[in-house]
Amino acid sequence: MLSFIVRRVFVSALLLLGASFIMYILTALSGDPLEELRGSRDPNRDLLIQLRSDQLNLDVPAPLRYFGWLAGAAKCLIPMANSCDLGVNILNQPVTDLIPMALDSTIQLITGATLLAIVVGITIGIVSALRHNTGFDYSVTFIIFLLFSMPAFWIAVLLKEFLAIGFNDFLAQPVISLPAILGIAVVAGIIWQAMVAGPRRRRVIVFVISGLATTALLVFFNLSDWFRNPGLGAVMIAVSAFGIAVLVTGLIAGFKDRRAMTTALINAGLAVIAYFTLQNLFDMSSWATISILVVATLVVGLASGWLVGGDDRAVSMRIGAITAVLSGGLLLIDRFMQSWALYTADRAIGGRPIATVGSSTPTLDGDIWIMGIDTFTHFLLPTISLTLISLAGYTRYVRSGMLDVLDQDYIRTARAKGLDERTVIVRHAFRNALIPLATLVAADIGAIIGGAIITEQVFAISGMGQLFIRSLSNVDPNPVMAYFVVVSIVALIANLIADLSYAALDPRVRTH
Amino acid sequence: MTQVLETEKKTEQVGHSQARLIFGRFVEHKIALVSILIVAFITVLSWSVVGVGSIPGWWHLTYNQLNPLIDGGRPTMSVVPQWLGGEGVFLGEHPFGQDRIGKDYFAMTMRGIQNSLTVMFIVGILATVIGTVIGAVAGYYRGVIDAILMRFTDLIIIIPVIVIGALVGSIASTLGGAIDGPVILGILLGLFTWTTLARLVRGEFFTLREREFVEAARVAGASDARIIFKHILPNAIGVVIVAATLLMAGAILLEVALGFLGLGVRPPDVSLGRLISENQSSFAHRPWLFWWPGLFIITLALCINFIGDGLRDAFDPRQRRFRPRRQKKVLK
Repeated sequence: MLSFIVRRVFVSALLLLGASFIMYILTALSGDPLEELRGSRDPNRDLLIQLRSDQLNLDVPAPLRYFGWLAGAAKCLIPMANSCDLGVNILNQPVTDLIPMALDSTIQLITGATLLAIVVGITIGIVSALRHNTGFDYSVTFIIFLLFSMPAFWIAVLLKEFLAIGFNDFLAQPVISLPAILGIAVVAGIIWQAMVAGPRRRRVIVFVISGLATTALLVFFNLSDWFRNPGLGAVMIAVSAFGIAVLVTGLIAGFKDRRAMTTALINAGLAVIAYFTLQNLFDMSSWATISILVVATLVVGLASGWLVGGDDRAVSMRIGAITAVLSGGLLLIDRFMQSWALYTADRAIGGRPIATVGSSTPTLDGDIWIMGIDTFTHFLLPTISLTLISLAGYTRYVRSGMLDVLDQDYIRTARAKGLDERTVIVRHAFRNALIPLATLVAADIGAIIGGAIITEQVFAISGMGQLFIRSLSNVDPNPVMAYFVVVSIVALIANLIADLSYAALDPRVRTH
Repeated sequence: MTQVLETEKKTEQVGHSQARLIFGRFVEHKIALVSILIVAFITVLSWSVVGVGSIPGWWHLTYNQLNPLIDGGRPTMSVVPQWLGGEGVFLGEHPFGQDRIGKDYFAMTMRGIQNSLTVMFIVGILATVIGTVIGAVAGYYRGVIDAILMRFTDLIIIIPVIVIGALVGSIASTLGGAIDGPVILGILLGLFTWTTLARLVRGEFFTLREREFVEAARVAGASDARIIFKHILPNAIGVVIVAATLLMAGAILLEVALGFLGLGVRPPDVSLGRLISENQSSFAHRPWLFWWPGLFIITLALCINFIGDGLRDAFDPRQRRFRPRRQKKVLK
């Protein structure tokens, strides 16, 4: 194993060296960094040209200049020396200062989108595989095809024009009209009955119930002026926390497991108590307190599972932790919602909260809740558009993986020996269907670090993609190279992890 | 031997060749068939509107000529009633409207489609040839040759395609307009996008080279080249065709993405992606400038994806992807 890793790292390093040389030459070939200066009418024109040539070593031909760059970049390998030299951009800023900021924005952007895409993708993929050859399955497959055929910028621009502007306009008079409510309710009902499937009677019941629930919820939103003063409130939190508890237990352990159910319900109860006791603490919280609370929640969840668990402690602890974290998340969401009215009323926001460009409101100032909402409103649209793009891949992958697994003999064996359907799906099928996904996720993270170029461009987020594309159009080789090195190192490491994780998760791979 | 087989078949049932079976399965895939018709229609439309080389097309306006603005540049086509030109003509002077300075948007869109399709076809052919040859050689010879070729493939994979798009402008100006921008872009992209195909073909060759017919050919004294191209490749053709189709769908999206970023096909020539990026700010006032190019991009990419899906079904019936009508019969 070790020799495999060492050999792999060595080959990767050589590859990187070769590719960086090609990159350098290609970037140098793509244009003339002095072009805008040559056309300028500045009296100091010649001086400026001379200055920039010196900064970027333009008098040296590109293949030789590469080795100068390489010598500087090689210094990054010396640990703790802080002597990293990736050159300067055409404005004479050191590239090593530009990269961290850009990386920060990109990571903020892609973390949410990737997590969301994985969770939603897995869910839709699994449901679609379980409802194979139904209307739901066909619709999902068609939507995947559609998303695969849509350019990223098209989705992004549409979101900007319709979702952002539409929602901001809607907030001026936040009442959903009656026909709209009925329309949404019918659509929700159709989706739910398609997901549940089964005999016609069950479908009709699901359709009616989900339709009525949606209508009731929307009417409640209208009556309580929810969009201006959103919040979950004690009742909603209690209902959702106990709902989460039941759902998590039902999925992971089955309803028959009394101890697991007890653990989950205890944690839901604790979340409701916490809602009443923690509000004052929340009001003066910083990110540090929140992180401590998150850790505490996790510990409480695990501990309650340990105490109640009995013979099957691991399952109870897992359920305890998941329930605790999810229902704790509800409290945070509720607290953010409480600051929403304050945020939208701020002069810097002016009642139009959903932003279409940038990653924060420059003049805004406030506590973590206000700033948190600000980040949320800025990253909402780019996250949705990135999610939609990567969602298609995950859904298709999970769906076909799940279909393959469901066809295996061991699934038939599991059913034949009388296991209930939940155990067959969750324990036997789901886990094995996720193995190939581990590879995909690792490889995707490698690609996405540099891959959000278009989304960043449309939403004016100054991340890695923006740095790259801007430098490339200015024929500014040093930032381009820095981008390339960072992105390809991450990609190579991610690929290595993908291969290793595959071998770790699937013992059959090692026998090859 | 073959004669015996044939007479046997005739007594029992009529035999079909492999190609016939595949064609039969493909024809059953109605969505793919419709998709082929749509792509063919759009191809013919765009080329006949713009014209080829110095031969002008049938549309009386060109994509770079300035025209007086009519009705604020709104589309004159009478599909949407409230934008009716008033004379009741169906196409009107500017069916897709005009951009801010009065260029005919129909001609521009068609020119953009033509460029996208040019890039797509060139990438499709070039990348398929390179990928197939490299994958076939690597998979057939294995060992050192395979290792070298695959490391070379890895090298090409790492290089971001966007840099390639940035090269087009400078290369076009070095050549002094001898070759069209889209052609250069297609060739460059083709040189860098064959990697997935090479890996697929290599994997296919790995298994096929162990089969008995390869052994038989070798015993009969066939040369390596003959075994690779005459014996193994025809058996791997399904993988190649399907991957090539999906590659072409990817090439269209890549071309418009490069156009959107201001790379690739440069002005005064037109790229669908550039049309959208230039006009996204005027979405509120001139939405048609955004809708037309987008509509055609999605239609083309979707159709080619469906064609690829139909081909995959036809070549490998075990792996059905998207075929509602046939699958309904097996509904449990």
